[in-house]
Amino acid sequence: MSVLVDGDTRVLVQGITGHQGTVHTVQMKAFGSKVVAGTTPGKGGQTVDGVPVFDSVEEAVATTGANASCIFVPAPFARDAFLEAVDAGIRLAVVVTEHIPFHDMLTMYHYARLRGARIIGPNCPGIAAPGKAKVGIIPNVVFRPGRVGVVSRSGTLTYEIVSGIKDVGLGQSTCIGLGGDPVVGTSFVDALPWFEEDPDTDVIVMVGEIGGTAEEEAAEYLHHHLDKPVVAYIAGRSAPPGKRMGHAGAIIARGRGTAESKVRALEGAGVRVAQFPYEIPGLVAQLLQEHGRR
Amino acid sequence: MVKLAEWRGKEIFRKNGIPLPRGRVIRSPEEARAAAESGDVPLPCVVKAQVLAGGRGKGGAVRFANSPAEAEAAARAILGTEFKGETVREVLLEEKLPIAKEFYVSLTLDRSARLPLLMVSAQGGVEIENVAEEAILRLPIHPFIGLAAYERRKAARQLGVAGPTAKALESLLDRLWWVFQKEDAELVEINPLALVGDGLVALDAKVIVEDDATFRHPEYADIRDDRTPLEEVAREEGIAFVQLDGNIGVIANGAGLTMATLDVLQKFGGRPGVFLDLGGTDDPSKVTQAFLLMARAKPASVFLNIFGGVTRCDTVARGLVDAMKQVPEGERFPLVARIRGNNETEGIAILRSAGVISLRELEESARAAVASAGGRP
Repeated sequence: MSVLVDGDTRVLVQGITGHQGTVHTVQMKAFGSKVVAGTTPGKGGQTVDGVPVFDSVEEAVATTGANASCIFVPAPFARDAFLEAVDAGIRLAVVVTEHIPFHDMLTMYHYARLRGARIIGPNCPGIAAPGKAKVGIIPNVVFRPGRVGVVSRSGTLTYEIVSGIKDVGLGQSTCIGLGGDPVVGTSFVDALPWFEEDPDTDVIVMVGEIGGTAEEEAAEYLHHHLDKPVVAYIAGRSAPPGKRMGHAGAIIARGRGTAESKVRALEGAGVRVAQFPYEIPGLVAQLLQEHGRR
Repeated sequence: MVKLAEWRGKEIFRKNGIPLPRGRVIRSPEEARAAAESGDVPLPCVVKAQVLAGGRGKGGAVRFANSPAEAEAAARAILGTEFKGETVREVLLEEKLPIAKEFYVSLTLDRSARLPLLMVSAQGGVEIENVAEEAILRLPIHPFIGLAAYERRKAARQLGVAGPTAKALESLLDRLWWVFQKEDAELVEINPLALVGDGLVALDAKVIVEDDATFRHPEYADIRDDRTPLEEVAREEGIAFVQLDGNIGVIANGAGLTMATLDVLQKFGGRPGVFLDLGGTDDPSKVTQAFLLMARAKPASVFLNIFGGVTRCDTVARGLVDAMKQVPEGERFPLVARIRGNNETEGIAILRSAGVISLRELEESARAAVASAGGRP
């Protein structure tokens, strides 16, 4: 078992002939994912690293049985790419594309809800379950199969933390990067129950950042609904208010979204909060020991 | 985000049928006199500086005029002055209306609910942050449905208006919802929305357009926030540039990793100055560009923290070493570089042989960066 993806996941890459699409198709295959099809309108009939390219998602799904999509399509066309995927029957879409207007994302999110589809992202590194499948762009080298679940709002910081977990001899069950945009398809509150129910996950690492209230909502949720131990880290405790720190969401505005408020909420819910990223592996090992899992 | 000046916001309102005072934007005192003389702007009129900062009324950036001569004098007094760091280049002249009451209306995004949010209050004319929670009606709007008739009626009840005024409000809310979507706005705010007779008039307009949607809005290409030349270059290269008040330059890729890097530096007593966030990329040419941009900001030392995705660390390291040679002898600074990912051992070797401090762990790298900037970790 793993979360969202497994050995039966048949990956479609939308925007496969672009630079990113091509590079990450090769990487996903090297990870062990079954990448069965790609799409780029007008480039049907080509292949990318042996993967057949189709003009439309409808043809790709009919021919290859693809059941999850990884979207690299540029921002102005990403909404359309997503709607096309859902209408062709895809129910899991990892949207790697950054700079998608939130008005487009509102349409995508609510359409996904209407049709029973799930979006991870946008502007996210995706999902990886070591030994099973990867849909996204997290570097293969940071992983090793194990029992730590990771859910994060960050990109490269997730790589850093996942890699740190590997360095101490532990491994990951599934890692999900949610993305840090103002409107995300999947939040902590959506993702935490999947890890709680996953028999392959013993401990959950949650990586948040300043801005918004997603971490506070997660704290409230896990306090009431989660039994598995959680380690958290919040990036941006030194960030001054009013400065936008890269992610559109990462800003302390009107006193909301501070690291202090998030840390307090999480600690109040019984979560072990790391002050710095390099403290996470130690806290994970400690919790595993306390829970008799190691 | 692209913040539109009041007059630009009002242009959008006008095109979409939202009622406004009669007025004109002018750029010289003579134009102000002519507008008042010709009757384009009825007298008495209001003369408002077109700056983005709030508090214009209290700050003397809003004046009144009863004659063309007074309009000219008011415009002359305001044009070219500095208001909270902005130079006043445009002035809006508008007829002064008999206001019976002031309301508040806005549309924005509720991130947690992932829905647009309509806010309405009978207490307009003051900052919404200072209005009591119970005096504000908050209505989440489903994007596929828009404002339902019952929600518009609810808003009218909140403002305590009925009859023709309620009808005017309902029509205005529909138009505002249309503007919010069509303009890709983060915020559309009318504060105050004035009750004049039994009609409603937008006395102010605040429209903020989302940065990511500017590809749909070439009409805003000429709007620039007041950016320094370095910020402008960074923007063109797609690098997030943020100026803090310390002396250690930070280059990292990704918002989360950048913030974590700043957090660790501060722990060891370091004071981050300029930081550059490359976004998720590890493209060696972008790393090089960022390094050269950083050199122009003249930092005491630089901490580069990159987690590579697909690019090999040795490739990024070679690019960085080449870039270092482009910085003039007298302007060089200590560099601590941490590049993680594929082939990182080779990367570290290349950097060390070029005199760069290159360590594998974040903690020890941050200590070294603080020490090299003259601090004592």
